[in-house]
Amino acid sequence: MCIGVPLRLIERKDFEGIGEISGVKRKITLMFVPEAKVGDYILVHAGCGMQIIDEEAAMETLELLRIISNEVS
Amino acid sequence: MEVISIQHGSGGSLTAQLIKKLFYKYFENPYLLEGHDSARLPRPNGRLAFTTDSYVISPLFFPGGNIGKLAVCGTVNDLSMSGAKPLYISSSFIIEAGLSVKVLEEVVAAMADAAKEANVLIVAGDTKVVERGAVDKLFINTAGIGEIADKVEISGGRAAVGDVIISSGTLGDHGMAIMVERQQLQLESQLVSDCAPLNSLVQDMLKVCPDIRVLRDPTRGGAATALNEIATQSQVEIELYEDEMPVKAEVRGVCELLGLDPLYLANEGKLLAVVPEESAEVILAAMKRNPYGRESTVIGKVTKKSSGRVYINTIVGGQRIVDVMVGDPLPRIC
Amino acid sequence: MKFLSEFRDPVLAKQLAAKLQKLAVRPITIMEICGTHTMAIARGAIRDVLPKELKLVSGPGCPVCVTPQGYVDEAIKLSRQKDVIIATFGDMLRVPGSLGSLLNEKNQGNDIRIVYSPLDATKIALDNPNKQVVFLGIGFETTAPIVGLAILQAAQQGINNYSVFSAHKVVPPAMQALVADAELNIQGFLCPGHVSCVIGIEPYRFLAEQYRTPAVIAGFEPIDILQGLLKLTELIMEKSPQVVNNYSRVVQQDGNPNALAVMEQVFIKSHSAWRGIGVITESGLAIRPQYAKYDARFVFSLPHVDREMPSACNCGDILQGKKTPPDCPLFRKLCTPENPIGACMVSGEGTCAAYYKYDLE
Repeated sequence: MCIGVPLRLIERKDFEGIGEISGVKRKITLMFVPEAKVGDYILVHAGCGMQIIDEEAAMETLELLRIISNEVS
Repeated sequence: MEVISIQHGSGGSLTAQLIKKLFYKYFENPYLLEGHDSARLPRPNGRLAFTTDSYVISPLFFPGGNIGKLAVCGTVNDLSMSGAKPLYISSSFIIEAGLSVKVLEEVVAAMADAAKEANVLIVAGDTKVVERGAVDKLFINTAGIGEIADKVEISGGRAAVGDVIISSGTLGDHGMAIMVERQQLQLESQLVSDCAPLNSLVQDMLKVCPDIRVLRDPTRGGAATALNEIATQSQVEIELYEDEMPVKAEVRGVCELLGLDPLYLANEGKLLAVVPEESAEVILAAMKRNPYGRESTVIGKVTKKSSGRVYINTIVGGQRIVDVMVGDPLPRIC
Repeated sequence: MKFLSEFRDPVLAKQLAAKLQKLAVRPITIMEICGTHTMAIARGAIRDVLPKELKLVSGPGCPVCVTPQGYVDEAIKLSRQKDVIIATFGDMLRVPGSLGSLLNEKNQGNDIRIVYSPLDATKIALDNPNKQVVFLGIGFETTAPIVGLAILQAAQQGINNYSVFSAHKVVPPAMQALVADAELNIQGFLCPGHVSCVIGIEPYRFLAEQYRTPAVIAGFEPIDILQGLLKLTELIMEKSPQVVNNYSRVVQQDGNPNALAVMEQVFIKSHSAWRGIGVITESGLAIRPQYAKYDARFVFSLPHVDREMPSACNCGDILQGKKTPPDCPLFRKLCTPENPIGACMVSGEGTCAAYYKYDLE
């Protein structure tokens, strides 16, 4: 129901930032993710940062998946 | 700033001035300069290809081109897709009163450049000026004639089981460049339209394999719509490979953001070719040697006779239908 | 890591699918609530690699699809007013009302503009001080806080020509209605990742506790979806009703408190009509009276919208998996992708649109 895309925060000034994906840039609002730092990946929906993406959690998920898939093959 | 007025289109002295100072200057060639009501042209060899198209793009200028370049390339490409060598083009301008002469000159200059590159002559034309609001700044219609060599038999109905489908490069560049340029979405990118004349690419391909079955330039409606047309006309089933689709990273990026599918975005400098399997390799090699075909790649194949369907094999190992486009692609948030 | 390509790995996808094949040993029905999941599942042709024992039904989580006809009609009437600019997500343009669609109106020259963000619409208001800019507020808990933020910003900047026509909805009450419907017999829910990113995990707890139905929060890449289905199947097979967060890179236990606070500040729960389903208690978000100035319903005295679907349309039952599209008298005859009547035909990946496109019987 909601397209959300990981953008990398490349600039920030107060609660406004510039997010980037594959060389495409878009102004984003950081009101909901005030602690975001330049370099963070942020899940963006309709021009608004909704959550800072947790890299560690992503790694864990992928690791878990690798274990599952190893069981299969 | 000098602007185009209604009088420029009235057929009087201002019209004559415009023709001389602008069109004759840039499009200069003996057939045009003869100044007749129609151009008198030598008889070409072989069969004729004849096409027409109108250009109403907004904005008039975009990264990678403008409406003039688009108008010439579009007609050159339409002729090329039947395997023809483009020869002559006509260009007709419908101008909204108040357009700056400088803008018109820039457009005309781009047309002259594109015609020169494509080795075609602009031999006839017309200018109309209409009141403000009657058109959006500038509309251009171009028609073109080309000649088709005897052994060439390119048609939408010739795709056969086993044939290979080649794309001459990345898909969706033009459509996405225009969408980003329109600014309402406030996106910033280095995206450039792929607008280019493809006649030299087609001639290079025909040199190594005259038996190319189908050529199509996937303009409005994108590759998905063009391939569906081919599948229907040839009554075959086409299978595409999702992981082989050539799409620029930036185009993919905007597609992610706006929920769009690059297969439905317009191209203005790409072609899709259906070729016999045994010639695919040499054609691909010839395409890669041409500046407009460097990123050519195989994107699918014709699998069987059918009522005309296009499928794509997805990365998870499933298969879905690739349908024709319904309406223009609209940005989505859900 | 860019958080996209890693979750599109074809080898991993095939391995997960193989594992799922082994796991589903008896027939089960899982509903994906979210329209973006429905879309991703169709785009990736994920159904092709699912075990035949696993039936996947699409839920009512496409916000434009469940927006009632009456709402579209009011939006169309607004767009016909002089000095009104409609700002909307592109999604809304093709949704049919009884008066046609906004796309028709746009083609006839009405000032309807597509925006990527609700925050861009306030800019249109600033640039057009002599016009009223109405933003069509559709979407669930992911989108509503952003629209709330736009209203707060308009208030802060003293913008007086911006209002929101809210058809915002919240997801858990709709899930409650679905899980309580015995006829449906859904054994597990694939929960919307980005809604959960705002509301967190707690709001789904009732599924496991009251209805003993497992729920898994999942992301939208092929790997995310397969992993989510795998987990759900596992929970169903083990008869272990739990709420599991499989999208931990984005979804926190308590969601996003900042976004929730803005939503709470600007909106108040209300009854809401879902196209194809009917009115669901406390499932909508109306603008609070203190922000009435920014409420298009108030500014333009719009009637309450409750007409949710054309009478002959079977969308409600199809949406809930009780009927299939060919059972509907409108299907393929009056209702087509070019001319959709019901919710399931509106979205390109709706059940009826899929049946139409794939020639299913």
